Amino acid sequence: MTPLNIALVGNPNCGKTALFNLLTGSRQKVANYAGATVERKEGWFTTPAGHTVRLLDLPGAYSLNATSPDEAVTRDVCAGTYRGEAAPDLLVCVADATNLRLHLRFVLEMRALGRPVVLALNMIDAAQRNGMEIDLPRLQAEIGMPVVPTVGIRRDGARSLLARLDDSLPPVPTPLPAGTDLHAMVRQILSDCVTQSTPLSDRVEERLDRWVLHPVWGPVILIVLLFFMFQAVFAWAQPLMDGIDAGMGWLGQQVGRLLPDGLLRSLIVDGVIAGAGSVVTFLPQILILFAWILALEESGYLPRAAFLLDRLMSFAGLSGRSFIPLLSSFACAVPGVMATRTIQNPRDRLVTILIAPLMTCSARLPVYTLLIGAFIPHRDIAGFLNLQGLVLFGLYALGIVSAVVVARVLRWRNPDRQEATLLMELPAYRLPNPRDLALGLWERARIFLMRVGTTIVSLTVLLWGLSSFPAPPPGAPGPAIDWSLAGRIGHLMLPVFAPLGFNWQICVALIPGLAAREVAVGALATVYSLGSGTDTDQAAAQLGQMLPTHWSLATALSLLAWYVYAPQCVATLAVIRRETASWRVVALAAGYLFALAYAAAFLTYHIARML
Amino acid sequence: MRLSDLPRGTDAVIDSVDDPGGADPVAQRLRELGFVPGEAVRVVATAPLGGDPLAVRIGFTRFALRRTEAARVNVHPAGPQA
Repeated sequence: MTPLNIALVGNPNCGKTALFNLLTGSRQKVANYAGATVERKEGWFTTPAGHTVRLLDLPGAYSLNATSPDEAVTRDVCAGTYRGEAAPDLLVCVADATNLRLHLRFVLEMRALGRPVVLALNMIDAAQRNGMEIDLPRLQAEIGMPVVPTVGIRRDGARSLLARLDDSLPPVPTPLPAGTDLHAMVRQILSDCVTQSTPLSDRVEERLDRWVLHPVWGPVILIVLLFFMFQAVFAWAQPLMDGIDAGMGWLGQQVGRLLPDGLLRSLIVDGVIAGAGSVVTFLPQILILFAWILALEESGYLPRAAFLLDRLMSFAGLSGRSFIPLLSSFACAVPGVMATRTIQNPRDRLVTILIAPLMTCSARLPVYTLLIGAFIPHRDIAGFLNLQGLVLFGLYALGIVSAVVVARVLRWRNPDRQEATLLMELPAYRLPNPRDLALGLWERARIFLMRVGTTIVSLTVLLWGLSSFPAPPPGAPGPAIDWSLAGRIGHLMLPVFAPLGFNWQICVALIPGLAAREVAVGALATVYSLGSGTDTDQAAAQLGQMLPTHWSLATALSLLAWYVYAPQCVATLAVIRRETASWRVVALAAGYLFALAYAAAFLTYHIARML
Repeated sequence: MRLSDLPRGTDAVIDSVDDPGGADPVAQRLRELGFVPGEAVRVVATAPLGGDPLAVRIGFTRFALRRTEAARVNVHPAGPQA
């Protein structure tokens, strides 16, 4: 039996993704639509009667009259005209029961498509809590399609939808006469089918928004949230990181004991385990950061932050819309650059893409953590802040300030004045759902671990090869790595980077660091452990304690400054190329970041030495 | 009066949405989002640093929009009985 093709459509913020997660669980695949940069989410499930369903989660849209690439994909897939996508057998249109005035208009648009449609009236529980009573049979008759109530965040919330899917396909709804005033029709349906007993102003969002959007308290709440986010990333992750670190050390020792002394043991222990291990250690931090961003997104707070920051963003010539892509870039610039697709203005979008790499991505955290831990004393300030957290906060702030300056320069160089628009929904507040958070985090963890498993391990192995060959002649003085290819490349790079206070070991680590920033930590571990001739897992664990004896404080600060601008990773450049289809933009991004990094590290080094 | 001139917390009703300079995508989108004649509207918040953008409630939904966007919407204050 061929599976049933179902597409989930609906307005943004209708709870579509929660319903998708509820139906498919972890049987999901995330990719891109053919020939477009829009994320494509597909999943599978089996109905109680045993039908297999292939479920496509279409991008949220306010109208079939598309104004963004995301909405265009939704329009074309629904119409069955998207090349490479099977036309859906059934559209499940999701509408938030608490927001029917907005969502029903889009539902009525669906009637023009000539496909069977089922309306999933989502968050029906919240509507009841808000004092709304909905006459389902009447709604079904007036809207001209079957209606099922759903609760995307409850375990059995899709039961009626599943039962409906096991029935035969509903008939194709009759299209509305051309020129029907959809708003008037929605108003009529609402007055016929919905009774509202609680006044609007008593709703939770009204009361919360009085604080959250307040001109004074709003920014205070935002700053407190962001500050705790960064303190949490630094403080809460520590015990977990220590645990993983100890585990990797133990693994290295066990493997080292099993293997005979020689090249293979060196490859496994010094190359693979030390290199990958020192990066896997940072997984807890990255997950905590993503958990914060996901929770803020799920709760409906992010668009409010964009509202509060719109004015600030307009100083950089951008709109509040750029805030969400830029905030995502704190986790990783790749999803950040991809999220710029929601910015309609092409110039705003280009500027946002160019400054996204200045937001401190999580791949830079391993480098920051290592250097801050090694060189900045763990000292309390004013009783509850600690100096390490403050320095980390400062590095993030430096990236943001630089982004504003760069955006202004770009705007001044390219002054075409098209009206900058904001026009953005402020969705209802929701308690983030643990299952949706867990699935989102799992997705992130998988991507991160796959990068460790492929790019990063192969790079550390390559580096191990460069650092091990050629071997020094018997009885040669000095550490072995000095004789190797890596040592030679490092020495060749030294004249360029010596003015920044970098030694040749840093130069060696910078090479793979260009491919993926976090590899620099693994590379340093490899270079130093091979160089010192001690046990590798020991060295990897003790890299932090070892560095202060090798580097001056000025060198460490200079490297931190370098990494604020850090010539970016190949993945970021690749996604910029894909999103802009222009090598010129890629060259511009790489060039200006390198120049800024060099200048900042140079200044930092020389100022720090004078102090 | 224009929505951009409506004081915060005042209930008003939409009269029309203007298309400055012919078919205007922003005006089109505003209409799709429910900014249509007869709809009740209220400015619920103004942003820090100069009061731009506005947060507006229409129907059950809240939108953030800049004053230049809100200037396309013509409104009149609702009577005390509304």
